[in-house]
This record gives sequence, C-alpha cells and structure tokens, in this order.
Amino acid sequence: MSINFLSILPEVLMLVLGILILVLDPLWKDEKRRLNLGWLTAGGLFAVLIISLLFGRPGAQGELAWGGMIRFDMLGYAFKLFFIFAAAITALLMMDVEGTSRRAEAFALLLASTIGMSLMATASDLVMLYLAIETTSIPLYVLAGFLLDDKKSIEAGFKYLLFGAMTSAVLLYGLTLVYGFGGATGFDELSTQFASSTPFSVGVLILLVVGLGFKLSLAPFHFWAPDTYEGSPTPVAGFLSTASKAAGFAVLARLFLTTFGSSAQEWQMLLAILAAVTMILGNLVALAQKNIKRLLAYSSIAHAGYALLGVIAASELGIASAVYYLLAYVLTNLAAFGIVTIVGRTVGSDDVRAYDGLSRRSPYLALAMLAAFLSLSGMPPFGGFIGKFLVFFAAIQAGWTWLVVIGIITSIVGVYYYLTVMKYVYLYRMEGEDEESNPIAISRPHLLAIGILTAGVILVGTIFAPWFGLSTDAAASLFSAALLK
Amino acid sequence: MQFPILSVIVFTPLVASLIIFLMNGERKNEIRVTALAAAVFALLLSVWVYFSYDQSVAGYQFLEKYDWLPVLGISYHVGVDGISTPLVLLTGLVMFTGVLISWNIDDRPREFFAFLFLLAGGVFGVFVALDLFMLFFFYEIAVFPMYLLIAIWGWKQTREYAAMKLTLYLFLGSVFALVGALAMYWQVGQNTGVFTFDMLQMEKAGAMAGMVEIFGLAIPFQVFWFLPVFLGFAILGGIFPFHNWSPDGHVAAPTAVSMFHAGVLMKLGAFAALRVGIMLLPEGAVYWKYLILGLALVNVVYGAFIAMIQTDFKYIIGFSSVSHMGLVMLGFATLNREGMVGAGLQMFSHGVMTALFFAAVGMVYDRAHTRQLPELGGMVKALPWVAISFIIGGLVSMGMPGLSGFVAEFPIFMGVWKDQWLVAVIASISIVITAGYVLIAVRRVFFGDMPAQFEGHITPISVLDKIALGTLCLVMFALGMFPSLMAPLVELGVMNVLRLLGGA
Repeated sequence: MSINFLSILPEVLMLVLGILILVLDPLWKDEKRRLNLGWLTAGGLFAVLIISLLFGRPGAQGELAWGGMIRFDMLGYAFKLFFIFAAAITALLMMDVEGTSRRAEAFALLLASTIGMSLMATASDLVMLYLAIETTSIPLYVLAGFLLDDKKSIEAGFKYLLFGAMTSAVLLYGLTLVYGFGGATGFDELSTQFASSTPFSVGVLILLVVGLGFKLSLAPFHFWAPDTYEGSPTPVAGFLSTASKAAGFAVLARLFLTTFGSSAQEWQMLLAILAAVTMILGNLVALAQKNIKRLLAYSSIAHAGYALLGVIAASELGIASAVYYLLAYVLTNLAAFGIVTIVGRTVGSDDVRAYDGLSRRSPYLALAMLAAFLSLSGMPPFGGFIGKFLVFFAAIQAGWTWLVVIGIITSIVGVYYYLTVMKYVYLYRMEGEDEESNPIAISRPHLLAIGILTAGVILVGTIFAPWFGLSTDAAASLFSAALLK
Repeated sequence: MQFPILSVIVFTPLVASLIIFLMNGERKNEIRVTALAAAVFALLLSVWVYFSYDQSVAGYQFLEKYDWLPVLGISYHVGVDGISTPLVLLTGLVMFTGVLISWNIDDRPREFFAFLFLLAGGVFGVFVALDLFMLFFFYEIAVFPMYLLIAIWGWKQTREYAAMKLTLYLFLGSVFALVGALAMYWQVGQNTGVFTFDMLQMEKAGAMAGMVEIFGLAIPFQVFWFLPVFLGFAILGGIFPFHNWSPDGHVAAPTAVSMFHAGVLMKLGAFAALRVGIMLLPEGAVYWKYLILGLALVNVVYGAFIAMIQTDFKYIIGFSSVSHMGLVMLGFATLNREGMVGAGLQMFSHGVMTALFFAAVGMVYDRAHTRQLPELGGMVKALPWVAISFIIGGLVSMGMPGLSGFVAEFPIFMGVWKDQWLVAVIASISIVITAGYVLIAVRRVFFGDMPAQFEGHITPISVLDKIALGTLCLVMFALGMFPSLMAPLVELGVMNVLRLLGGA
C-alpha cells in the first residue's frame, strides 16, 4: 500500500484542467473567445489520454495504492482510457450545441464526472466506491437538465436524479450490510470474509445489483434511460449511454469477481436472467420508437445485456470480451449520438423522419451513420461484430448456450430497426424540398469527432490484436486478484 | 514469397469501393470507368488463378496465412481448391458483366458501385477463406450491402419489403451457423488441444468427436450441430422451406444486383454449407443425408412448378433459381463422386446462366417498363441480341447437350440415381417443367406480335450490354463443348470432400 501518484495521474490532471476552465470562465468575457473553452477541454483531455498511454500503465499484477482505497491495475487503466476518450469526444460534440457550447460549468461538470468514473473503475474500497459513484452521478444529473429553457431537459435531469437517488440508496444499504457482516471496507479483506456463499451474501448481491443495474440501465431498472436521453443535450446523452455505463461494468466486474467470487453460481444466474430480459425488452421496445434518441436509448439498454454476457461467463476470456465489447460500443454509440447531435442542430428535430434524404443532403455523414448503425447491429467490418462475436464466444465456452441463442435472436430484431433508420437515410426523400440545396452543416469540432469515431469503429473491427491484448491484460489483472480462478 | 494473388483479388473490390466512395459524386463517368477498371482487373486475376491452379498437385493452393488474433487462433488464411476456384472465376465474371450492365444507373452511381464492390469483396473473401472466423467475417460483409442495393436501387413496388426480408433471413441463418461454429471451436480445442478456427486443422479426423448432452439425451456432436450449421448457410442457397426470401429479393433488386444475387450469392450459401457443414461435420452429413435429399427434391420440383405459373417475367427466373439451386443441394446430398462433381459444376453453370437471364430480363424491362408476360411480345425484332442470349440461357437451363447445363446436371442425376433412383425419377420431372416455363417465356416475350405501344419505343442495347451478354454466352458454350476445362478441377476438390467423408 503505497502512495503512488502515477495511479491517480489522470484524475489529478483532469482536476487541474477543470480548475483552469473555471478560472478562465470569468476572464474570457468575449463570446467568441468562450468557444475556446470546448477546445481547451477536449485538447486537454486528449493530452491526458496520451500522457496516460505513455506513462500511466500499471504493472501486470496491479497493486493497492492510497491506503487500499484504489487498485492500480490494468482493468482500471483500460476503463480510464475509455472514459477520458469518451469525455474528450463529448467535449468536442458539446461545442456548437446551443446551450452548452459557451458554458464553462458544462465542461467542468463533464470533467468532474469523468474523474468520478475513473475512481469508480479503480475503487477497491466500499467507501471509495460509493464516493466515486456519487462524484460521477451528481454532475451528470446537472448536465442532463442543463438546458433550463427546455422543459424536456429539466424533466430528464429530474427523472435521472430521482431514479439515481433511489437506487443509490438501495446500493448504499447493500454496502452497509456488506460492511456490517464483513467487518471491513476493503475489497480484498471482504473477499476472505465472504469466502463461502451464504443466503445472506445472495441477499446483499440483490441489493448491489439494483444499484449497479441502474447505472447499466439493465431491465427492469431502465425506465429512466429513454426519457433522460430524449431530454438531455444530445452529447450528454451520448456520454451517459457510453462512459457512465462502462463505469458501471467496471465496478460490477471488480466487485463481483473479487469480493463475491464465491457466490458466482448465484450472481451468474441472477445476471443471466437480467441480461435475457434486458436484451429482449431493449430490442423489442426499440422497434416501436419514432424518436431517434429514444431508439438509441433502448438500443443501448439492449447492448448492456450483450456486454453482460461476458461478465456472466466469469472467465478471463469473458471479462476480456466484455472489455472489448465496451470499447467497440463506446466508439460506436458516441458516433451515433454525435451524428444525432449534428443532424439535430441543423434540422431541429430528433424524429426519425427528420433523417429522410440524409444521404443526398450529406453523403459522408450518411456513410458515417451507416458505419455506426451497422456496427450497432453487429455487422463486420465494424467494431460491433467482433464485440458480439467475442461475448458469444466466451459465453458458449462457459456453457451459457441458451443465453447466446436469446442474444442472437434479439440481435436480429436489432438489425431490423437499425436498417429501418438507414432506410430513411438512404431511400426516402425530403418532403417537398430539394436535398442538394439543404445540406447539413457540420462544424469543425463535430467533423473531427465523427472522423475519429468512424475511423475507430473500423479500426477496432478489423485489426483486433492490440485491443484484444489490452482487454486480456485487463481481465488477467482482475483474475490475479480474484478468488474465482 | 510468391505474389499474394488471392489477397489482391479479395482486396481489389474493397479498395475500389473505398476509392469510389472518396470520388466526387457528380463525376459519374469517372466513377463508372474506375469501377470497370477494378472489375476488369479482378476478372483477369481470377482467370489467372483459374488457369494456373496446378491440377497435378491438387489440394489447397495459393495459400497465404497471417496472424489476425493469434491468442484465439484466428488467422487470415486463404487458399483455393478445385471447388472454390471456379467460383472465384464466376465472381469475377459476374462482377465484370454486372458493372457493364449497370452503366446507365443515374441515381447516386458512386454509392451504387461502392456498395456493389463491397459485396463483391465479401464474396471473394468467403470463397477463398480457410479460416472459419474469416469466412463469417466476409460472409456478413457480403450480406449487408445487399440490403442497401435492393432498397435504394430496386423495384419501387416491393423493394423495402424484399430487402428487409432478405437481410433478416440471411442474418438469421448466419448467426445460427455462427453458434455452431463457436461450439465446433471449443469441441476441437477439447479434443485436440489446439484452439483454432483454421479449417484445415478443424477438418482433421477425430477433431469433432464427442457427444452433446441435451435433456438427458446424448447426441453425437456432429449430428447435433450439423443441422443449424448446414441449414443456416443453405438459407442463402435458397433451400426449401427457407427459400421464400429469394424470388422476392431477385425481383426487387436492380439488374446487376439480381445477377450478383442469384449468380453468386446463392452459391455463397451452398459453398459455405459444403465447406463448413459437410466438410467439417461429415458424420452429421451422413446422418442427415436423406433429410437434405428430401428438402432439395422439394426445391427442384416445387420451384419448377411455381415458376411455371408465374406471369411476371422476373419471378419466373427467380423461381427457376430456387429449382436449380435445389439441384446443387441434391448433388451435395448424394455424398458420392458423381453427384458432388455435378453440384460443383452446377454452381458455376447456374451462376453464369442466371446472370445472363437477369441481364436479359433487365434489358427488356428497362425498355418496356413491364414484366408481365401478357403485355409483352415480339421483342426479337427490336432486341435480337437479348432474345438470342435468353434462348441460349433457356437451353442451358433445360440441360441441352453442348451447353454447360447438361455437363452439370447429367452427373447430378447419375449420382442421385446411384443413391436413390426414385428421387432421380421424381427430380427429372423438373426438366420437363423447366422446358415448359422457359419456352413459354421465350414465346410470349420475344415472339408473337409486338403490342402497339412498344412500336418504335424499344431502343437497341448498347455495345457494353452486348459485351456482357456475349461473354456470358461464350462461357456457357465453352464449358458445354469442353467439359474438361472444369470437370477434372472440380473432381479434385470433390475427392478431398470424399476423403473427409470416408474418414467419418
């Protein structure tokens, strides 16, 4: 247990960045100059990403740091990279969006939330975990309701807050029980206390699943997601559906595999049922959606179910596949929400019919959207294919064939609604307008974000070895600490 | 190191697709010329592969292997054998003629050719894949552009419905096959200790041994997984009762896509069903042989009867594809030398023939704007080239000696007779019916009196169209006159399949 500054380097840097932005806020009075707030945030985050890539890599085994509060290992590292990347892209997307583009608070809140997520992924102590979860959530509640002139945004923020507060309370109740019976707060000490499965630990697990299920938007804890995504500023919705969800997965994998490894049988079954319900419900309800943000909300609910397959497999391969899946999903879903941001900005509507004739209005944007949606539906050569392939692969190895069958059948439903959207983009014409004279305006930061994401989706879907290497390292670091081998 | 010719073939259309995407969409002619150049290049390379395949050595040739995801035993591994070599050539031919035929597409040609080439790249990839993962990867790449091609450029009345139906059917089939493939991977790993998707490793004797326990019943592994894998792929081959997507898809698709679709894509299904279903799970193939034989027989006879009663010119051809692909499956199901060689030849022959049919239908439709038999007539005067080509295609379809159809169908019937003579007798009904519907179509479209509204409105076809039709006709004559151009090659591939079956 050492004091290792390297282990919290990205968090410290992000904090500095956040303070810098808040300091510059009153100094930059000129409206034009304030646009640079976004560039500063995004650029700073990319710099943090590069610094972490170069210097922040932990050892293969991982180590406890800061009095056992956090575990500095590959799993946390991999997820931190995802969060920082997602936040940088979100900052790019928030620029040139009415209501968030010139507001320093928005960027500061984004950074605060990202710091919380990074701590979530590394937390190795119940107290730290809860603090991290709250640090993540509270800025997101505010961001979801950031557009004060928009009733829907306020509704989104409020709904998110109420749901979040309630499930957070349930989670806290679960954590106190764990402490009460385990007599410790560190995950490692607790894992010796919970070395054998008891009915009590199963009860605690249920409480924890409620709390984390909200973050992951697993059915039946998903009700907040469609309304919140629909109302919040679109880049924020994208951030909620990717980074926030991935953070939940990091906690789930770490807590369940290390501390509750002995109750694997029980939580595997519990999560398997939730995953099955989530995949079925998410995909079926998405069929009926007419608003693209709601459609993506239900689709992201379904995707949580697929990623969960990897955790349920509870093997090294399973965790690695879940990490890979989340990587592909973060890239893809950010791209999807980015496109919705761009189109929404010009068209002023999130209805799917607003996408009529998009391929004539902006052929390359349509192409990026095609890549994102095909990736979501699990088609090669995009990231979604290999992600789905790997989680199914791991689940079959672990003997969860029935769950895989549900997964593939529901993914066919997914193909239907994703392609239906593409039909509006490619086949339909704008009502009574000439598409060529109504192009979609794409601003520079948006172009940059979409370019990076589309390239990323294809790169992750064609060249596997480096990303899979990162995923397996992450999984291995977890298993070197886990009871369940 | 030798020249990586197969990789170049696979990546030519993919790179061309990328280049076309980056071109200016307004410069339509430049796009067309680029597409044609890529297609010609791919065709020449596939011809080269075809003629430089060394028949004295046999086996898989032009092998290339690179690590892709070595931890899981996934590699980029390509090579061709006697069965896949003709199919690579077929794809090259259809790609070339497809580009010629689509010269006049005016709505977003950039997107059209880019998606078409993406599809072609996927098809090439499947035919040369020797790694199961890679096969799936390219298989899916071949499926999704189809949706866009049909939905955007297809026949306005049914395109949305047909495109979605086709995509969902094919995706359903492929994911079931995928689950089977994953199960096979773990089974092979357990049995041999080598975890790999390499099909050359997976086909080794004993690799797929073992039992599957389900509801207390122990079923041999191969017997259990053969059906999802074989049928999953065979859906794309149009096997009964999952053939329903195919005529709708053919009819709704634009001409070049119909050619690709019936000419090459259906072979993709049949080929993958053979490569993964029969070759990796030979015991399963032996066990389920009569089921496949029965389903294929229904395909052959039922498809022909349904084609007979169609009044839409294109639906006739669509159902005739179902019937002819049934013959391919029938040949596979015999599991003997004659039947399988016939099936291999039929895949090629039908591909060329049906591409020709759809090209001809497209040319008539583009000018007459109707495909209803009662409304057509007398086209031979205005479109002599189209009429002659269609008649040649029709003769191939009926199995006329001297043309490729005979060379392919005769061994199939021999093989089936050797196995179950009654099935051969029933299947032969289809020959008569085929003659019936082909001749009806020829008479009503090309002969008789031309309806008054067409007089003077039927423009002759272009030189490019003539080159396309001529090339396809020539190939069918060549194969019909000189079966030795292809039959020994296919036989080499079949002997390998039989070796695997013998080891079962």
